[in-house]
Amino acid sequence: MNWLIDFFGDPANWSGPDGIPTRLLEHLEFSVLSLLLAMLIALPLGLWIGHTGKGALFVVLSANAARALPTLGLLVLIVLLMGVGTIIPVLIPLVALAIPPILVNTYEGIRGVDPDLRAAAYGMGLRGGQVLGRVLVPVALPLILLGLRIAAIQVVSTAAVAAYVGLGGFGRYVIDGLATKDFPRTFGGAVLVALLALVVQLGFGLVERFSVSPGVRQRQPIH
Amino acid sequence: MHEEPLVRWDWIGRNWPSIQGLLADHVVMALVPVVIGLLVALPLGLAGVRWRWLYQPTIGVMNVIYSLPSLAVFIVLLPITGVGTRATVMIPLTFYAMAVLIPAVVDGLGSVPDHVRQSAVAMGFTPLRRLLQVELPIAVPVVLAGLRVAAVSSISLVSVGALVGRGGLGYLFIDGWQRQFYTPIIVGIVLVVVLAAIADLLLVLAQRLLTPWSRARRSA
Repeated sequence: MNWLIDFFGDPANWSGPDGIPTRLLEHLEFSVLSLLLAMLIALPLGLWIGHTGKGALFVVLSANAARALPTLGLLVLIVLLMGVGTIIPVLIPLVALAIPPILVNTYEGIRGVDPDLRAAAYGMGLRGGQVLGRVLVPVALPLILLGLRIAAIQVVSTAAVAAYVGLGGFGRYVIDGLATKDFPRTFGGAVLVALLALVVQLGFGLVERFSVSPGVRQRQPIH
Repeated sequence: MHEEPLVRWDWIGRNWPSIQGLLADHVVMALVPVVIGLLVALPLGLAGVRWRWLYQPTIGVMNVIYSLPSLAVFIVLLPITGVGTRATVMIPLTFYAMAVLIPAVVDGLGSVPDHVRQSAVAMGFTPLRRLLQVELPIAVPVVLAGLRVAAVSSISLVSVGALVGRGGLGYLFIDGWQRQFYTPIIVGIVLVVVLAAIADLLLVLAQRLLTPWSRARRSA
């Protein structure tokens, strides 16, 4: 515990280019950009595959394979190939990490909607796109949000690895601390990453509370 | 940019024995946490189904554990487990596996239809026999789906442990980075992915063997 007081109590850690606010912004930059990119790719793909049923096997197979990609290895390889001029090298592995949970949960969510509901929507005269937008997505929303939450948490956690190739973020404290045997620093960095991940978790809980329609929430089994 | 081939086969040939050592280390560090996680998750999941009030708190704790970054947990445990020991890597991974497997066990047992359960009761099955011969076999696909996720992510996460001194194949990434040399990094990535694919495939096979009746429905 003394380590935490050492790290968080030091005013030098709260300002300047190596201060906690700067590192937080860097960490958020990596995480938010990667998550947005992953959403742009995985959400439409998941909706389309769930709605049409095409390519389901592809999703299941590729998603589990992508889970296995070691982020650290991808990161160092891409940096060696491209250099560290930009933050693109860190975005690629993080996007690869975030796509599978979003894709799989979106697809499973849409596919799992009660066929009676779907039939009723068509019966009321809605077209394919309307059925998707007005019925399937709202009903599948809890699962879609779950996928986004898992992806966000993994991205925030893994963005710490970026510091290993000299980029910023909370990982800096961890990696620098390990290199210089400055344990309070390492420990403080680890705690910051964990706190940020928990905040993300809570944030998604709130989003879910406000965006999922009450009727749909009632239908959820006790989870 | 230095001119060098992407993969230097002679380097792989010369270092094959040590790569094999890292591979074996990787397998042990990834596998043991998943096995322990399953052994813990089964009774806890059963308890969560039997005593409903246990369910919410258990899932809540598992959610928090799952949202803790692996690297952070490795580091927070460092003072207790020491730099470069297997335990530093394996203890957090055990908790991850539990966090994935407990909900899977609960969902699996929850997926047993009520009429099936009642038929077993009506046929005079004791609760234990009902559990072993009816409920658990029906839960197998869901539990195994959880096991696949746990195994694959465990295999991939072990390599992050290289940052705290023990990471099996992850060591190849550190090595390659320090020497600015592609070959070990590529070897590491390929081996980790192949390892995960093999584990995944074996579990899919296990699922097919354990649930012959569901083959007609759907695979994967």
